[in-house]
Amino acid sequence: MSHSGNKDAQSPAKNSGNEHLLKVTDLVQSFGQGKNKVTVLHGVSFHIDQGETYGLVGESGSGKSTIGKCIIGLNTPSGGSIEYNGDKSIQMIFQDPMSSLNPRRKIGDIVGMGLDIGKKCASKQERNERIGEMLEKVGLPRESAERYPGQFSGGQRQRVGIARALIMEPELIVADECIAALDASVQAQVVMMLKKLQAETRTTFLFISHDLSMVRYLSDRIGVLHLGYLLEEGSTEEIFLNPIHPYTKNLIAAIPVPNPVVQYKNEIRYEYGTSGVLYEDGSWHQVQGGKDHRVFCTDREFKKWGGNADEEE
Amino acid sequence: MENRKILEIKDLDISFHSTTETVHAIRGVDLTLRQGETIALVGESGSGKSVTMKAVMGILPEGAVINKGSVIYYGPDDLKNGSGAAPGKIGNAAPGEEQSDGDNGVDLLKADKEWVRRNMRGRRIAMVFQDPMTSLNPTMTIGGQLSLAISSHGEEKGYRIKERAVELLREVGITEPERRMKQYPHEFSGGMRQRIVIAMALSCNPEILICDEPTTALDVTIQDRILELIVSLQQKLSLSVIFITHNLGVVAKVADKVCVMYAGKVVEKGTVIDVFYDPRHPYTWGLLSAIPGTGLKGDLYSIPGTPPYLSKDPVGDAFAPRNPYALAIDFKAEPPMFRISDTHYAATWLLDERAPKVKRPAELEEHIKEMRKEVAEYVALRE
Repeated sequence: MSHSGNKDAQSPAKNSGNEHLLKVTDLVQSFGQGKNKVTVLHGVSFHIDQGETYGLVGESGSGKSTIGKCIIGLNTPSGGSIEYNGDKSIQMIFQDPMSSLNPRRKIGDIVGMGLDIGKKCASKQERNERIGEMLEKVGLPRESAERYPGQFSGGQRQRVGIARALIMEPELIVADECIAALDASVQAQVVMMLKKLQAETRTTFLFISHDLSMVRYLSDRIGVLHLGYLLEEGSTEEIFLNPIHPYTKNLIAAIPVPNPVVQYKNEIRYEYGTSGVLYEDGSWHQVQGGKDHRVFCTDREFKKWGGNADEEE
Repeated sequence: MENRKILEIKDLDISFHSTTETVHAIRGVDLTLRQGETIALVGESGSGKSVTMKAVMGILPEGAVINKGSVIYYGPDDLKNGSGAAPGKIGNAAPGEEQSDGDNGVDLLKADKEWVRRNMRGRRIAMVFQDPMTSLNPTMTIGGQLSLAISSHGEEKGYRIKERAVELLREVGITEPERRMKQYPHEFSGGMRQRIVIAMALSCNPEILICDEPTTALDVTIQDRILELIVSLQQKLSLSVIFITHNLGVVAKVADKVCVMYAGKVVEKGTVIDVFYDPRHPYTWGLLSAIPGTGLKGDLYSIPGTPPYLSKDPVGDAFAPRNPYALAIDFKAEPPMFRISDTHYAATWLLDERAPKVKRPAELEEHIKEMRKEVAEYVALRE
C-alpha cells in the first residue's frame, strides 16, 4: 500500500482534481497455489473521494469483505495497488457487535483504547471527556462508559463499535456489514445515526453490504460486485433508477416489496452459469447520459442491455 | 369461510428466572393459527416472538417458567368428533391431556413432555431456525442427517428412507440430489443449507411449520428464493405456517395475517391488508415508517428509544415512553385489545371512544396512499 500524505485534507470537492482519497487499481487477490489456487478478486478498480460514501454491494462470496480487508491491510493483495492519500488513520467497524467487543472491558476502555495506545490525551480527565463526548455522539449516555458490553443490546453495541472507530478521527471508515446483524428498526436507527455523523464529521465511508435497500440511504455512489468482478458503478440514483447489468437488476428486484398485494414474482432470475455472460471478456463501458455510470461487460452485451440507447437511434 | 383452527395460544405468560432477577418476557399472548394460513409474528428483538414459539415447541431454555396460559393443538378431523379417546397417535398416547371446554384440542403445555417430544415436535410441528449451521451436524453427510430425521419418526423403512430423502431434496430445489446426499454441510452455501434444513423440517410431513427468521442470515437474492420456496411448499402441502421476522417486506411477501408484538404482548393483529393499509397502533406506524423502500426520497424513519427491559412490569402501556402519540392514560393503565373489525384488533388507547382523534403521521399516510396506488396499477395491469 502506498501512502502519500500530500493531500489537501480540507477539500471535500468531489471528482475535482485527480487525486482521490482512496484509489484501488486492478486489485487482484488469490489464495492457494497450483491447482488449489482460487482467485476471489479479478482486477477491481474504484476510487473514493474525500467526504464521500461509497457503497460496495454484492452477495456473500463476491469478495466485498476481501476488498475491505485489503484496504485496512489485513490481507496482502496478490496484484494491483491501493493508494491512500489521507493524513489520518483508517478505521474499521465490524459486522458482529457481539464478538468484536471484549466482554471483560468497560465500554469506556474499549472506546478509549486507541487514545490510550496512541497516548493522544494529556490527562485522564481529557481522555474521559473525549470518551463521554463520543458516546453521546453515537447516542449512548455518558454513564455507559462504566458498564460492560454484556449489559447492552446488539444495536447499542454496534454504536460502541462506531464510537471506537470515530474517536480516532479517521479520514476513512470501512464498515463491513455493520448493520446486517441488527433488527430492522435498530438498523434504521444506526443508519440514520451514521448519516448524521457523515454530515457532521465529513468522514469518508466505505460501506460494504449485501442489502441495497439500506446502502442507498448512506451512499453517494454504489459499486456492484459479483464473483470478484466489479460489474457496475454509478451514483446511487443511477444504480437504482437506471440499472444496466442484469445482476444489478436482479439485486434490486430481490428487495422485498413491503406491499402485500403487489408481489411481483421476481422474473429477472439471473444465474451467472446460464446467463451466457462472461465476466472475463468484459471491459468498462460508460453509460450514456449517466454521469460516472459505467458497466463492465462486452460491447455486444452493452448494446443488448441498452446502455447506449441514445447512440443507437 | 375460515379454515378450522389448528393451533391456539391462549393468554400465554412466561417469565425467566435467574439468581438475580425475574424477567417477565411474555405477558399474555393470544394467537390463533388456522389450517393452511401463514401468520407472521413481527417485532423487535426481545419482544417475545421466539420465546412464544419455543413454548409451542416445548424447547424453552432453563429458567423459563410458564406462569399461565395454554397452547392447544387441534389434530386432524378424525380427532374432532368428541369421541373421547380419539383414534390415532394423539388420543391414546397423551396422558395428562386436557380438553378445553368442548374443543378436542390437546394442551401442549400440560400434556406429558415425553409424549409431546415424540408425537408433536418434528412430527406435527416442525421448526426452521435462523442459522442453518446450528441445525446441521457438520460431521455427518446431509443424506445421513436427512435419513436419520426420516427414520427416527418411523414412517419409512429400508430403501424407502433414502428415496424419501432424495425426493425431499428435490422438492426444496437442490439439483442432483443423489450426488448431494453424500456431501457435508460445509460444502453447501448458506442458502442451500437453509433449503436442507427446510427439507429436514418437512421430512415427517408436519402440519405446522414454524420459521424463526429463516432468511435473516441470508443475502437478499437468496432470501427471495427461500421465501418463494416456503410459499410454494406451503401451498403445495397446505401447511400452516408461523413466520417470525422483523422485516415487514418479508411479511408482505409470505403472510396472510400479521401479529405485531411489543414487550411480550400482541399489540396489533389483523390480515396483511388490515395491518399494511390501515395500521392503528402507533408502534405499527413506526415499524411501517421504518421500511426502506425502493424509492429514493426522504430519510429513513426510526422509532426512538429502545424496548423496555422487562425485569419489572411496565406501568401502563409498555410502548408509551417511545410513543409520540401517548395519552395521559397510557402511563397509568394498560390498554385492552380494541376491536376494529372481525379480523383486525389493536391494543392502544387511541382507539377508545374518549380518546382524541389522532391522525397517522403524514409520511406514513403518504406511503399508504402510494401503496394503494401501486395496488390499483397492479390490479389494472392484471385485468
